[in-house]
Amino acid sequence: MVSVCFYFQVHQPFRVKKHSIFDIGKSSLDYFSDNSESNLNNEKIIKKVAQKCYLPTNSVLLELIKKYPNFKVSFSFSGVILEQFEKYCPEVLSSFQELVKTGNVEILSETYYHSLSFLYSKEEFREQINLHKQLIQKIFAQTPKVFRNTELIYNDELAKEIESLGFQGILAEGHDYILGWRSPNLIYKPQGTTNMKLLLKNYRLSDDIAFRFSERSWQEWPLTAEKYANWISAVNGSGNVVNLFMDYETFGEHQWAETGIFDFLRTLPEYIFKHPDNNFKTPSEVVESYPAVAELSIPFFVSWADIERDLSAWLSNSMQHSAINKLFSLRNKVLSTKNPELIAAWRKLQTSDHFYYMCTKWFADGDVHKYFNPYESPYDAFISYMNVLHDLELKINAINKEDIKKSLSLGLLDTKNSDN
Amino acid sequence: MKVLMFGWEFPPFNSGGLGTACYGLTKGLSNKGVDIIFVLPKSVPVNADFLKIIFGDSIASAKKHYIFNSLLHPYITSASYNSRLSAKGSSIYGANLFEEVNRYSLIAEEIAKQENFDIIHSHDWLTFKSGIAAKKVSHKPLVVHVHATEFDRTGGNGINQYVYEIERHGMHEADLIIAVSNYTKNKIVEHYGVSPEKIRVVHNSVEFENYTLEQASKLKENNKIVLFLGRITLQKGPDYFIYAAKKVLEHYPNTIFVVAGSGDMEKQIIEKVAELGISDKVLFAGFLRGKDVHQAYQMADLYVMPSVSEPFGITPLESIINGTPVLISKQSGVSEVLSHCLKVDFWDILEMSNKIVSVLQYPELHTSLKENGKREIQRFSWDKSAERCLNVYNEALNFAGGI
Repeated sequence: MVSVCFYFQVHQPFRVKKHSIFDIGKSSLDYFSDNSESNLNNEKIIKKVAQKCYLPTNSVLLELIKKYPNFKVSFSFSGVILEQFEKYCPEVLSSFQELVKTGNVEILSETYYHSLSFLYSKEEFREQINLHKQLIQKIFAQTPKVFRNTELIYNDELAKEIESLGFQGILAEGHDYILGWRSPNLIYKPQGTTNMKLLLKNYRLSDDIAFRFSERSWQEWPLTAEKYANWISAVNGSGNVVNLFMDYETFGEHQWAETGIFDFLRTLPEYIFKHPDNNFKTPSEVVESYPAVAELSIPFFVSWADIERDLSAWLSNSMQHSAINKLFSLRNKVLSTKNPELIAAWRKLQTSDHFYYMCTKWFADGDVHKYFNPYESPYDAFISYMNVLHDLELKINAINKEDIKKSLSLGLLDTKNSDN
Repeated sequence: MKVLMFGWEFPPFNSGGLGTACYGLTKGLSNKGVDIIFVLPKSVPVNADFLKIIFGDSIASAKKHYIFNSLLHPYITSASYNSRLSAKGSSIYGANLFEEVNRYSLIAEEIAKQENFDIIHSHDWLTFKSGIAAKKVSHKPLVVHVHATEFDRTGGNGINQYVYEIERHGMHEADLIIAVSNYTKNKIVEHYGVSPEKIRVVHNSVEFENYTLEQASKLKENNKIVLFLGRITLQKGPDYFIYAAKKVLEHYPNTIFVVAGSGDMEKQIIEKVAELGISDKVLFAGFLRGKDVHQAYQMADLYVMPSVSEPFGITPLESIINGTPVLISKQSGVSEVLSHCLKVDFWDILEMSNKIVSVLQYPELHTSLKENGKREIQRFSWDKSAERCLNVYNEALNFAGGI
């Protein structure tokens, strides 16, 4: 028996608009409202990706679910993309809602702001999972049971934390260097947990679709649904599940419609079902169906990013470290303002993409970081981000000062303690 | 392969990037076993030893060179020629710049008659006539190397028609044209009616060396230092630097702006600085050479190259070698090959100031630019540029039917 488990990451950040040193202290709180023709214009980007990817892919999936009642997929939506759908393209949100209503779609848990909070503040991390849960319940009337951290960032400690929050399963990258001789096609129990199940990405088969599908120099090009289904069926006897984890933008955006990616998706279930032992399962069905074959320890942080599969895409240079440290150092101050707009702006600045844009690794080689970077350079990304952060800090300080003044005048504060 | 090259003085006697480029390229070609007959005009008494810098001690046997007395100089203008001429008071020179250029081409013709070579290589307009003259008598292919055009030098205003004609003529007479950047290639196509198929881009380069002078400047104790280093001429955008300085100082007062170089806009810039009320924050260092140049880079926290039109721009590479991050104009050739730096449109003073303050204010930005820049620059080498140049020679020879 081989179960195909599709999981699609659906996420777009609120990109920070260009912000100069001279704007500090003068700008409004709306740091994310670039309306130029550049790729910092969030509305422009989400509308473009909606046309190229979200709407057409949703319609293919709906068609497939109607044709094959046992065809299933799962999604994880960041809170920030759901906000953007509501704001800029509600029709995309309804089309996802329609998909979820079929009952064949599972939604995973994640941090609302697609953040790196687990590395910096457990409290913040838990709060964002909670915020995300509320949003998913509100929009999709579903409660997530399986967790997936930002960009598949994972280690043993995270699995323990997630178990303590009541989840049954968690997703991670299944690259060889992480697994060694072990197979990603089996279910494991993360070390230190009692009942958790760990689902590992089959990176070869996932990347065949996500990265290699249109690569003409690849010896398997062109990839047909039939050939691909045969590779999946070949797992029979040595594994239970093939976890195909990828960005949803693979369909139509990273692999353009002209590459034949939609036809591939449309015909894939037919060939998968040709083998009577194959089926499709969502992550929580996988968790329920298969036992953990062994305990697995991943003490260090892994992710699905870059060839390194580590944290270096977000945290490998001093600009990234200084930006994120500064950001989290503001947590107590910003929360104490109790100002929802300020707190939301601070949290939007947590989205991992901001730090990805500051990555200088391979920058001169023009790799994917450059391709996905809406800024002219990692340095430009850092400058805008830091200027915004300083502006935010001024706003936080102003509100907190006001509060202290008010409290003092009402005799609510001991003047000796507040005087520092 | 034997090349008849019409070039210019080398460092440390040069007055700008053209000499540096000639030197690097000639050395790179020499490393590849190319024989070079080097011809250059020189206005001061000749020190023949300086060619040994590139060719080594075997120069007398293996390589030849001609140095002849002339008032020509890489960045010369009609007016500056005339003042040089009256200072010399000698009758051997041409009565004006253009006669002097013609005199050079007559000498070139004589040399071309006496020497055996496979190909002719001319650097910039002052030597184009010589290249053409050498081609006429030898029937060997001519490669002209464009380090700058009249449009870069004047910013497009007040083009000298005579200079333009020589440039255009040289480009059309040449078998192939080498441009120092795609930026320059586009300028040639746009302004000189040359087909892009005839142009090859060979980017300039720099040799990585470790310069550690470590004489911490007193200035640095309480200030950040921002450097401009280049000719103080319209092309280099010194005025944009000064306007940015004014803006930066409003935000980051403990900054000293150093202007190193000389040129026809010097007086105007000094007056502008006074007018803006920032005379105490802007220092004029004059024209620097050799070790002083490295010293200037090393004392700076940031080097700014705000050129209005920079065909290539070697100075940012030199600055990075000296451990100083750079902010460069997007209107430059070097921005095509350098990633780990800050870039700005030369006219965008607000963004220029924003980036200057950011480097001064965020130490991580300074460190990242410095470290990544140093790593990136180690990939540059004149041998690579020479390799590409050699390919152009071979291509030109193939067109002409082989050696």
